[in-house]
Amino acid sequence: MALISADNRGLRLATRYAVLVLIAIIFIFPLVFMLMSSLKPDQQLLQDSGNLRAFLPVGDISLQNYYEAFQRAPVATFVFNSVLVTGVTVALSLLLCSAAGFAFVFVNWKGRNTLLAILLATLILPFETIAIPLLMMVAHLPWVGFDGLSWGWLNSYHVQIIPFIADGLTVFLFVQYFKDLPGELIEAARVEGASWWQIYRKIVMPLSGPIFATAAILKFLVMYNQYLWPLMVTQEEGYRPVMVGLQYFFQLNVAWGEVMAYLSLITVPVLAFYLYLQKAFIASIASTGVKG
Amino acid sequence: MASKFTVSNRTGWLMAGPAVLLIAGFVILPFFLAFYFSFTNQRLVSPNATEFVGMANYRQLLGVTTVTLEPVRDDSGAIVMQDGEPEYPSLRALTRNNPDRPDLAGMREWFSFSLGGDSKTYVLARDVVFMKAIVNTFIFVLIVAPVQAGLALGLALLINQRLRGINVFRAIYFMPVVVSIVVVSLLWRLIYDGNSGLLNNLLGAISFGMIPPIDWLGNPSTALGSIIAMSIWQAVGFHMVIWLSGLQTISPTLYEAAAIEGASKWQVFRYITWPGLRNTAVLILIVITMQAFGLFAQIDVMTNGGPLDSTQTIVFQAIERGYGKQDISGGSAISVILFVIVLSISLIQRWLTREKT
Repeated sequence: MALISADNRGLRLATRYAVLVLIAIIFIFPLVFMLMSSLKPDQQLLQDSGNLRAFLPVGDISLQNYYEAFQRAPVATFVFNSVLVTGVTVALSLLLCSAAGFAFVFVNWKGRNTLLAILLATLILPFETIAIPLLMMVAHLPWVGFDGLSWGWLNSYHVQIIPFIADGLTVFLFVQYFKDLPGELIEAARVEGASWWQIYRKIVMPLSGPIFATAAILKFLVMYNQYLWPLMVTQEEGYRPVMVGLQYFFQLNVAWGEVMAYLSLITVPVLAFYLYLQKAFIASIASTGVKG
Repeated sequence: MASKFTVSNRTGWLMAGPAVLLIAGFVILPFFLAFYFSFTNQRLVSPNATEFVGMANYRQLLGVTTVTLEPVRDDSGAIVMQDGEPEYPSLRALTRNNPDRPDLAGMREWFSFSLGGDSKTYVLARDVVFMKAIVNTFIFVLIVAPVQAGLALGLALLINQRLRGINVFRAIYFMPVVVSIVVVSLLWRLIYDGNSGLLNNLLGAISFGMIPPIDWLGNPSTALGSIIAMSIWQAVGFHMVIWLSGLQTISPTLYEAAAIEGASKWQVFRYITWPGLRNTAVLILIVITMQAFGLFAQIDVMTNGGPLDSTQTIVFQAIERGYGKQDISGGSAISVILFVIVLSISLIQRWLTREKT
């Protein structure tokens, strides 16, 4: 009797793992297919997609597709643009949104409740509903650059950065987190005569590592994966980021090997980053679901 | 939490000011500009001064009317048949320069139906493509919201088990979320390919060649469904994680009590897990709905709205007009319509899922 139930337990465990593995295959097969295809010549790529070889690094394997992708498009420029735009936006966003969160939670000033309510209301505005009027706006804004005053922000880095530095969600995440910090500590520091800057720098920041990581990861994902906005505001390839750069691979005849190489090139670093910081990534998504 | 005794207006504004100004300038201002532009004939670049046109943009987008026509009869009063169907007078005669019906000028047939009898009712729209875009977007949202939320909950329950190595599976299920939707759409274009796509090969193999290859994205009856399936595949891990964090807020003592009482698995889910997930459920539904209404990148990369407008969506139309045709006013009017839809739906969802006292 005991033996049978032990067997049953083993069987049940095996079934559970079988289900988990089956679902894992569904989620991972396109990515494996992408990586493996990026190593194969076009003809073999299409032949292999008829069988399991599509998911194996077999046959005529080389990095030729990667080499040709660099020949076809200014890949290095696209990567540089993406890294620059994403990096600058994330850094400025952390600075300004955390400062705002700090002011909303710890500083007593006139109008803060009203302003916070207005910022939270912007959370129900999908970006898609403001994209067109925003395009009109930035096309006519002035800019002071190295060569003096100019009109219109199209085809630049700042048009991809400035509109995305501050957003309601990031401010809201900082506000939520700061609310749970011990307020007495800040009160005490004030009584001791510490300046606001000192409090922010010496007390709040050291206690807020997790929320800075969360805000950084969320902003990074949004910025690096941007498509609609840079598609509209960058016609010149010199300013285009990686996602828009994809269009270079669809002129005339599609060379799928090169496409797969380019996709792998822009995706694998993000996936590696994710796998390395997996817990932080998942925690940051989970924190967007915590309602205040 | 902020001190009740000291007021520091200067510090408050200095620290919150930059973020507040940026949000005011790049989120709130464009939102109001959308309303303003939608009542004008604004173009991105134009030598002519902008004029107010009142509701013209909205009338152009949303104009819908019906016309009921009697079949054509010959001299003896019998219905003229053509290919076994009664013949109806031409709609064009009504919609093109007809002095009796100036209200129908420029309209096109959207669809027609017959409510018994010989007469046939035609539904005409001023912008048939936009009507199709609205319908497609609603189909997308109505399928994606419940299916994605449900599958995500199933995955969350699966991942919430205590099993060795469960974190590896969680990491894999979440993986597509960090990949750009543009990359995902391109990959799936090859998977859905009509000739040598992975999906057709798989279906062919498991059915021993009984299922013929299907051009998933090239066929009006399968294109939207294919995009729905892929979109769910990409985003389901996101909501799995939110369900998981909801699951973890449920007190373990409740489960222990249930185990002592001898509750069945279903009873545990029905009376402990599900009530504990109420707030999470409301949030997930609202978030998925909002994300789903923004459907754009998949369309732009995979189908461009085709075949036969079967994958047109509201946002795709807004961008095609506002950016593609540089018609800022038309694109803005669509944005306003989208905003009104999203706002009404989230208000309805909130009302339906309100705390019942």
